[in-house]
Amino acid sequence: MFSLERWQEILETISKNKLRTFLTGLSVASGIFILVILLGFGQGMQNGISAEFQRDAANRISVYSGVTSMGYKGLNPGRFIEMTNDDYNYLVSKYEDDIEFKSSIYRVWSGTLNYGDESGSYRVEGVYPDYQFLENEDLVAGRYINYDDQKLKSKIMIIGNKVKQDLFGSKEAVGEYVQINGINFKVVGVYSDPGGEREETRVFVPLSTSQRVFGGSDKVRNLGFTLKPQENFQDALAQSLQFSAEIEEFLKERHLVAPEDTSAINVNNTLENAKRFYDLIGMIKTFFWVVGICTIIAGVVGVSNIMLIIVKERTKEIGIRKALGAQPLSIIGMILHESIFVTAIAGFTGLILSMALLEVLGPNMQMDYIKNPSVNFNVAITTVFILVLAGALAGFVPAWRAARIKPITALREE
Amino acid sequence: MITIKDLHKSYTMGTNSLHVLKGINFSVQEGELVSIMGSSGSGKSTLLNILGMLDEADQGSYTLDGVPIKNLNEKIAAQYRNKFLGFIFQSFNLINYKSALDNVGMPLYYQGMKRKERTDKAMAYLEKVGLANWAHHMPNELSGGQKQRVAIARALASDPKVLLADEPTGALDTKTSYEVMDLIQGINDEGKTILIVTHEDDIAHMTKRIVNLKDGLIIDDAPVNQVRAASHV
Repeated sequence: MFSLERWQEILETISKNKLRTFLTGLSVASGIFILVILLGFGQGMQNGISAEFQRDAANRISVYSGVTSMGYKGLNPGRFIEMTNDDYNYLVSKYEDDIEFKSSIYRVWSGTLNYGDESGSYRVEGVYPDYQFLENEDLVAGRYINYDDQKLKSKIMIIGNKVKQDLFGSKEAVGEYVQINGINFKVVGVYSDPGGEREETRVFVPLSTSQRVFGGSDKVRNLGFTLKPQENFQDALAQSLQFSAEIEEFLKERHLVAPEDTSAINVNNTLENAKRFYDLIGMIKTFFWVVGICTIIAGVVGVSNIMLIIVKERTKEIGIRKALGAQPLSIIGMILHESIFVTAIAGFTGLILSMALLEVLGPNMQMDYIKNPSVNFNVAITTVFILVLAGALAGFVPAWRAARIKPITALREE
Repeated sequence: MITIKDLHKSYTMGTNSLHVLKGINFSVQEGELVSIMGSSGSGKSTLLNILGMLDEADQGSYTLDGVPIKNLNEKIAAQYRNKFLGFIFQSFNLINYKSALDNVGMPLYYQGMKRKERTDKAMAYLEKVGLANWAHHMPNELSGGQKQRVAIARALASDPKVLLADEPTGALDTKTSYEVMDLIQGINDEGKTILIVTHEDDIAHMTKRIVNLKDGLIIDDAPVNQVRAASHV
């Protein structure tokens, strides 16, 4: 079937029928091209929306402490529970593999800021560097708190956009010194928050600095975590609920709180929002798959049509070949061989071109909700094979019929 | 070479059955040049198609070079056509995207001959019909007479027992027709058996025997004095 003579015959036919070959090839190549670009952008949208949602820290788990509401192990109700650095450190090291971002927070309610003649009262919090991601903050100037600040207990601060407007107006804030409750802190960064002005009237300092300067010793007011994203919502939800339950149990035990006491240790899990995120991702995935499958079907129909037309166009030629002694099998073989050859070459050309385009454009895409469009190579290559197979199948039926019609009938065809 | 006995053929058209050949008895010896004449509907083309194994008879026997031709499947019919028969058509039936040389080489391709050998042999036949200089031209670059000569070279290429020509001059002007007939006579002179279907009297008289068909029966079968086409050219 794959003799050299056959190949010569096929290649000659192809080269002598350039337009026909080109059109067949073009439809296959463009089908693959469109499909790959489409799937690529589907992936890109998924990536982009994931990025948006993950920046929002929709999967944040917050732990607050409060006053006990019931007695436990001989202790009276009404005790104020305060979490400590040890609680935080223990949890972080225990769940190191699951946690994505983490911070404990020490709150200094109503810190008074002074800069020159300007002053104001803001919420001041001591936090870890990861807090930027838990709060979904973007830096507009300078930098965020880092681990060196933490270690050195540096007197530095990050201020919200609103605070900067209040104290500095249009002046540059980074590098200036501002007093918090009379103590000088250097402004190293200004942030913005999608939450708006309310979220931008806050001031952050390193946790270690806040505990030392504002008398917190080793106390923390609350904890914030996010867990690494999971493949699907069920996994994420299960993991999150388990994590919440485990830390609640740990903290209650450590601080001698009754297991059924809900006010002393409060673990707040915001996965309800995350459910929307996973639903949306699921819908986008489904949508692009449906569109993709429709594209493949359209491609298959296109290839089938072309094959039907080619066989129709060649009916007379087939009659001539049969009159000259071509056997039915050799006619079928000739048409299939040619169609598979052309669709395969064209399919891979489309695949390579589209993958190259995604490779070049993908990383440079700077659009909201579209990030790094890319395509699963296996999916793309499977599609090429499906189209080639469809082309062969579509060619087979008319080729088989053409090979069966009497040469005299085929010859009469004008 | 060819022996036909009591050949019947009918076509069914809807509910009507059309009896085209009503018992043909006919034989051709090796080296004959026979023309089959008849008005349209006389069954002459059907007879030629059956002789050419492009169609099958309902009844009767057909022996070609001692081989009974019956119960052919497509595969064997193709083999026999390739081995025994060369076709010449009114509309030439060249493959339009192949050069004259490649067209002539087609029957050899289906014999499984290698390309080099095929090309050499096809070239020899093109020389024989006087078109060696046109070997690499496409059919649409050739005149009608040249196309028919390419077709004749193609029919000869597989060295068949019998040449079957269906109105070989039907699409040609008189002068070109005579040139083609001159070529056919020359091939016959070399001993090839040739059957020609035609409705033109002058062409028929350039053969050695005229078989007249009417309404599916042979009404007349007689040798004629061959007119040499060369004398008209």
